[in-house]
Amino acid sequence: MATAMAVRALGKRASIAARGFSSSCETEKAAKDGKPINLFSAINQALHIALDTDPRAYVFGEDIRFGGVFRCTTGLFDRFGRSRVFNTPLCEQGIVGFAIGLAAMGNRAIAEIQFADYIYPAFDQAFPFNVIVNEAAKFRYRSGNEFNCGGLTIRTPYGAVGHGGHYHSQSPESFFCHVPGLKVVIPRSPRQAKGLLLSCIRDPNPSIFFEPKWLYRLAVEEVPEHDYMLPLSEAEVIHQGSDITLVGWGAQLSVLEQACVEAAKEGISCELIDLRTLIPWDKETVEASVRKTGKLLVSHEAPVTGGFGAEISASIAESCFLRLEAPVARICGLDTPFPLVYEQFYMPTKNKILDAIKATVNY
Amino acid sequence: MASLAAFGRSICPTSPLFPAPACGNLGSLLRPVRHHGSGEAAGEAVLQVDNRCSDQVLDFPGGKVMFVPEMRFLPGSPNERINCYRVLDENGQTISGSRFQEVSKEVAIKMYSDMVTLQIMDTVFYEAQRQGRISFYLTSNGEEAINVASAAALTMDDIVFPQYREPGVLLWRGFTLQEFANQCFGNKLDYGKGRQMPIHYGSSRLNYFTVSSPIATQIPHAVGAAYSLKMDGKNACTITYFGDGGTSEGDFHAALNFAAVMESPVIFFCRNNGWAISTPTAEQFRSDGAVVRGQAYGIHSIRIDGNDALAVYSAVHAAREMAVHDCRPVLVEALTYRAGHHSTSDDSTKYRSTDEIQHWKTARDPVSRFRNWVEGNGWWSEAAEVEHRSSTRKELLQAIQVAERAEKPPLSELFTDVYDRVPSNLWEQEKSLRETIKKHPKDYPSDVPV
Repeated sequence: MATAMAVRALGKRASIAARGFSSSCETEKAAKDGKPINLFSAINQALHIALDTDPRAYVFGEDIRFGGVFRCTTGLFDRFGRSRVFNTPLCEQGIVGFAIGLAAMGNRAIAEIQFADYIYPAFDQAFPFNVIVNEAAKFRYRSGNEFNCGGLTIRTPYGAVGHGGHYHSQSPESFFCHVPGLKVVIPRSPRQAKGLLLSCIRDPNPSIFFEPKWLYRLAVEEVPEHDYMLPLSEAEVIHQGSDITLVGWGAQLSVLEQACVEAAKEGISCELIDLRTLIPWDKETVEASVRKTGKLLVSHEAPVTGGFGAEISASIAESCFLRLEAPVARICGLDTPFPLVYEQFYMPTKNKILDAIKATVNY
Repeated sequence: MASLAAFGRSICPTSPLFPAPACGNLGSLLRPVRHHGSGEAAGEAVLQVDNRCSDQVLDFPGGKVMFVPEMRFLPGSPNERINCYRVLDENGQTISGSRFQEVSKEVAIKMYSDMVTLQIMDTVFYEAQRQGRISFYLTSNGEEAINVASAAALTMDDIVFPQYREPGVLLWRGFTLQEFANQCFGNKLDYGKGRQMPIHYGSSRLNYFTVSSPIATQIPHAVGAAYSLKMDGKNACTITYFGDGGTSEGDFHAALNFAAVMESPVIFFCRNNGWAISTPTAEQFRSDGAVVRGQAYGIHSIRIDGNDALAVYSAVHAAREMAVHDCRPVLVEALTYRAGHHSTSDDSTKYRSTDEIQHWKTARDPVSRFRNWVEGNGWWSEAAEVEHRSSTRKELLQAIQVAERAEKPPLSELFTDVYDRVPSNLWEQEKSLRETIKKHPKDYPSDVPV
């Protein structure tokens, strides 16, 4: 739907349906060469490239073989065979624990957790919390770099989808941002998804790649067919503005974009930043922007309390205190479980953001 | 089901889960003869299969399943417990008829002397902790045979995923007393850079993954790493150790199931020592130990006497052959006893009888049992014993002094290895910390170089 010029296109069309998003400031030279594809196809392309360019790369998870429930792994099994692309038993801690062992032996272990909501059993290993928090994240540090599992990438769909209820809608990114040793990356669009996923897979640190499932089919843009990577820990200023800085990531970017467009009609100039990597995050870009605008709004779907917006607010309050002309605004999910029938009430919607933009600018 | 057999050879035909039909060919199975249940004893069931074949067989994923007219539940526990393989009796004599893997004189002597070294390490480090020189320690008393004999049966290419009561494996592989001491003192020569508690050893040179405190998390890692060895066509397997308590963790079950399905060359070594800190196995599980759970997941499994070094050596040697050459997981459950406290933070006399501890420490001591066998072969003597104990003790005390005097790792190491490179937030935090240290130097330990 959206094209490489979608920022402008969205300026004229701000409906919820148009969640497609672009990377207009992308430095990627060949960005305009690609064909329009959706986000799951972009992920699929990245996985094909990852397996093709590295014989030590593996893709696995629940229901991977037939293409995965979101079709991201389509065609991989047929092309690369069952020893490199395989179904696993239904056990998230097993998937991540196995992946850590595989990665620790110098492989690229690309594990899929079918829904981010199911990442909690694996938290211990990395996702499955102990697996992720106590194992993947600390593998290098605890051994003094004798060992690492840097080849580990955990892919998982996150976020609202309109009908997911409690267990198919959550945004657990902030849990993992509290765990030094992991990288947390969330793309906003197909082109971003492909380039950032390849960077995660090839980065020498374990990473968690949250895919905005709402955008799997909805977001369409031109994506280069070739192999390319986008830098981690670099935020992107999607467009410049002078009155207020807006920061978000993933699917929320398109909502912020719509709010920008509305605000512009009322003469408010917003600077929109996609954080892209949540940890380690690009504080410099956000700081530079806030020094210019003097105001900041952060927005994410996850509950506001303890969300990653809190970290951004606190950091900016510390570093830009004298430059801030208004309190930092956070427009986020409510502090409730993700509610099925109340989804729209729960969500940080365009008008919630727009109101906060006006209130902050007029503070 | 197709996907279950996806990794080369199907496990079904040989799996203990799916034994070949006892009544021979399917023709006889399918004979339309009616039988009435007659309540045969369990022991006769196999022989009776032919007569008890019903008129229907279900072709179900995993193999043929026979229909029977009786409603019979599998018992929760069999009448007889799974038996236990041993080679040496309590006096260190080989049991007549026992089959075991040959051990050369050279290997036997190294096995025995490493078991003794492990005992000395446990005594001396334990004392050092009691004197407040190191913060924590955890002994392997009673499990010396498991530690050393299992290590001896492997090659250096085999990769170890330890829990924490297996330092003897590392010792066998060549980790020096100085290296052990450096870790326990957390000095700048500790490979872990002083970041973890004592006894969290690790060495990439010796293919020994760094110890992690959470229980059982290493078990699935061993399965993933084993899969990598298989994909690389390596003549090697992985081995992972864990206790009876660890078998209750989800990771244990996930790992066994993954290993069976992926046909990973991994040895699961369960040290069933009776106690998970203060929890006895009776409160840990109601199965017949860990060995039956291996079978339940479709994994070749064996129970052995963990205090019999020759049984441990032979079983791990055979398990390795199966893992590497047949590309399959194997589970070994060694029956043993944690003769020491769980750690220096524990006093086990609060929850178990001293008689029980004494019985295992004396009558069932694995080290003296193996010494009897080695001495019986004329490979060891009292003079060698005295010399080894005295020189090892001296060397260890020297290593401890050196480790104690060595500097701690520098402050900068606090921030490295979180990622491959230090990100900007950590640079900032380091900078800010250094300023704070300048202002309040007395707040910080003087032995960490800033």
